[in-house]
Amino acid sequence: MGKTVIGKVLPLSFSRHPHMKQFLLLGTGLLALAVGTVQAQVHEFMLDNGLKLIVKEDHRAPVMVSQIWYKVGSSYEYNGITGGSHVLEHMMFKGTGNYPAGEFSRIISANGGRENAFTSRDYTAYFQSMEKSRLEVSFKLESDRMQGLLLSEEEFKKEVQVVMEERRLRTEDKPQSLTYERFNATAFMTSPYRNPVIGWMDDLENLKVSDLKDWYQRWYAPNNATVVVAGDVDPKHVLELAKKYFGPLKSAKVTPPKPQVESEVPGRREIVVKAPAKLPYLIMGYRVPVLPMAENKWEPYALEVLAGVLDGGRSSRFSSRLVRGSGIATSAGAGYGAHSRLASQFLLDGVPGQGEDIESLKQALLQQIRELQEKPVTKSELDRVKAQVVAGDVYQRDSVFYQAMQIGTMETIGLGWQILDEYVDQISAVTADQVQEVAKKYLVDDRLTIARLDPQPMDQVKLRKPSKPRAGVTGGRH
Amino acid sequence: MTTFTTIFLDDMKTFIRLHSINQPHFPVLSCMLLLLTFFIAGSASATPEIQHWTTKNGARVLFVSAPELPMLDVRIAFDAGSARDEDKPGLASLTNHLLSFGAGGLNADLIAERFDSIGAQFGSGSARDMAWVTLRTLSDPSLQMIAVNTFAKIISAPAFPEKDFERERKRMLTGLEQQKQSPGNIASKAYYRALYGSHPYASPSEGTEEGLKSITVSDLKKFYERYYVAENATVAIVGNLDREAAEKLSGQLAGHLSAGESAPKLPDVKALDAGRRIHIPHPSTQTHVYIGQPGISRKDPDYFTLYVGNHALGGSGLVSRLSEEIREKRGLSYSVYSYFSPMGQAGPFTMGMQTRNEKTDEGIKVLQDILRTYIRDGMTSEELENSKKNITGGFALRVDSNKKIIEYLAMIGFYELPLDYLDKFIPRINAVKLEDIHKAFRDRINSERMITVTVGGESKGDKGDGSGNKLDK
Repeated sequence: MGKTVIGKVLPLSFSRHPHMKQFLLLGTGLLALAVGTVQAQVHEFMLDNGLKLIVKEDHRAPVMVSQIWYKVGSSYEYNGITGGSHVLEHMMFKGTGNYPAGEFSRIISANGGRENAFTSRDYTAYFQSMEKSRLEVSFKLESDRMQGLLLSEEEFKKEVQVVMEERRLRTEDKPQSLTYERFNATAFMTSPYRNPVIGWMDDLENLKVSDLKDWYQRWYAPNNATVVVAGDVDPKHVLELAKKYFGPLKSAKVTPPKPQVESEVPGRREIVVKAPAKLPYLIMGYRVPVLPMAENKWEPYALEVLAGVLDGGRSSRFSSRLVRGSGIATSAGAGYGAHSRLASQFLLDGVPGQGEDIESLKQALLQQIRELQEKPVTKSELDRVKAQVVAGDVYQRDSVFYQAMQIGTMETIGLGWQILDEYVDQISAVTADQVQEVAKKYLVDDRLTIARLDPQPMDQVKLRKPSKPRAGVTGGRH
Repeated sequence: MTTFTTIFLDDMKTFIRLHSINQPHFPVLSCMLLLLTFFIAGSASATPEIQHWTTKNGARVLFVSAPELPMLDVRIAFDAGSARDEDKPGLASLTNHLLSFGAGGLNADLIAERFDSIGAQFGSGSARDMAWVTLRTLSDPSLQMIAVNTFAKIISAPAFPEKDFERERKRMLTGLEQQKQSPGNIASKAYYRALYGSHPYASPSEGTEEGLKSITVSDLKKFYERYYVAENATVAIVGNLDREAAEKLSGQLAGHLSAGESAPKLPDVKALDAGRRIHIPHPSTQTHVYIGQPGISRKDPDYFTLYVGNHALGGSGLVSRLSEEIREKRGLSYSVYSYFSPMGQAGPFTMGMQTRNEKTDEGIKVLQDILRTYIRDGMTSEELENSKKNITGGFALRVDSNKKIIEYLAMIGFYELPLDYLDKFIPRINAVKLEDIHKAFRDRINSERMITVTVGGESKGDKGDGSGNKLDK
């Protein structure tokens, strides 16, 4: 895809401040396939209080990244407090008994660090990237705020406003993001994946600091956290520091979330989203399993290969057939990730080509799915996807942050980091028959949800009322 | 990469955005990964050793050997950005984009298959100053050979097929339509227009509808022949190879380009003679705000002074003054920042934020007040100390991956900065003095002559003048 050509963006994770890539880009099969071998030199430790520590050595550069992952995210939330995990993540920078609001960031900054935090459906994570000798600073501050957060009413009132601005920026004023949000609320009926990570505006407006205090008590404990350190570090030294700073923290009783399995009632669902926009947009998704609950472990890997066949690079089917070939799509993407806590969606999306409409784009995408069901993919297509995975496995080692991120994700969704070592082999073992089989089994009408964006005129300003925060929540600071 | 002028589509599929060098903050659009860039204390050993030579036909080459991983990165930058568009806005972008749609006897499908089948990654992009092509491949000799051969064909023998040209132009036009959905994009375009007037930087690097429609294949070929030449190219190489192999590789990559001539110097940027406020109505719940004026070029003698000076103002993320006042104290915006975008000629100095429509005027007033105070009083010695600690203490993070290093190489080569740029960075930062910062801000930034662009729903008390443009000065 060229740089000025459109694609689309699916917001799945939100971070405290905007220096962080927060979006999963649908349409890069390669992204889904970017998981790779973590290689040797991973060390795992467990402290007495239940905190897990994983150290990945990488001595290429004198740097390290320290990340702490909590098993809580939007899929742990219940109705009325959606977005709470993410607001709490923002509040984690707003002061403890030892360090007043803003001090955390100032100390990291003065140490040459880069820091941020991000919340997704399945996790909340915090990180500091620093020169290697600064690890202790990170542990000291991070352990302090695991149980010492103040959560003051005054800070909360301001910060929830910031989060509402974030929601306006990411969702309210972006017609494609808005469509994706509504798509999820339709595709998932009983699964908590139906709620946006950033929360519904009405829930944000009615959120109370007491909700966050409860949430913090419930999930922020050493036995619900994984610390991942990657970079030019000595595992023994890291363990000593972890014992010193995280060791004294008390473990707590953590009740895991209810299963909330998505109900399997067959039948297609379709919705229309109307918003001021210039271009129509289509998202289609099929209900599919992911690794933690797959009956057959090869199936999620076959689905990843399938996504790669459709949209892994410019020689993929969507690119060569729909964009360059028929021109029916200005852009078309396929996306699936095998690594999430709960059952997910195999997504297709696109913007019609000039002179084409949503219906013909939809038919073209469905035709591509039918073809996968009728005919096995070719050997060269399989080889290509596998070559991309093998290469991607090398490329990802260029970033210590990414390596730590993979470990943290796998641990937090319950698969364990060791599964990363299997990835290349599992993908390489997928056969053309298996790809056909998952296409027939899962990419079927009864599992399908379709959302389309119906563009509304943009020239009338005030088409939509700005969401006005309620007086009781905003307080009177300005 | 080093020009901060490309308007990146919010919803773009492929981000060719690299974290900028010396650019502590990236305004652009929220979904970009804008790595705060940092510098590290006294670890000269962490600085990559840059080797430099020129190919027979005149291309500058910068090389860093990185044998730790079995991979190779190549980045070739041409002085062929949209500042060379002349009367056809979009010409540079379209030329760059079409390079890989047919070359050296291969069509777009075959080119794509060659890269994909070996897991190689090809990329291209353009901004105002620069157009670039990139390659990442495994360094296994048989795979690397396929990747390099294909890449060399793309840059030295592009075919610009008529059919691909027509389709890709349509897609770019659709891309422009999509940008009209984004208040941030609309604001950014209006901002550059107002800042640069008749200067080539005024027009958007992705072109205009009118411009794209006027372009023909023969325009592309002429543009290519003029600007995609060795004398106008910087070749950056990082990866698992030694000097000898890298020299050979640079010949394979750039050896088939015509020697040609480097691009002429761009005109100087004129300072604004008056401030101006522009409002463009948009059916959004937030208003996007850009405030600024032409700032500095990449080679400006005040570059380091202003870079450090901006750090405490709005360049250091959440610990900056702007963030403290706008976000932490008032809850007005998720993202607020200021930055200098040094370019070939004076790039912008910009402050920006987004806020709910009814808070727009309050937000603008706070930004203006902070800037005036900063110019009047300068930064505090504590701020200076903390800024230096941050910039120097995080240096290692700037060069901790092949990807980051190659971006530096291309930037250093393209802007003809000294090869010891990285080695001298920390001393240069440490040499900046409080009074230099104060003076540079006073001399270079005129808070009374700022362009202010707002795009969003109308806020109370802001009726506009009916034309969509409003002057307040």
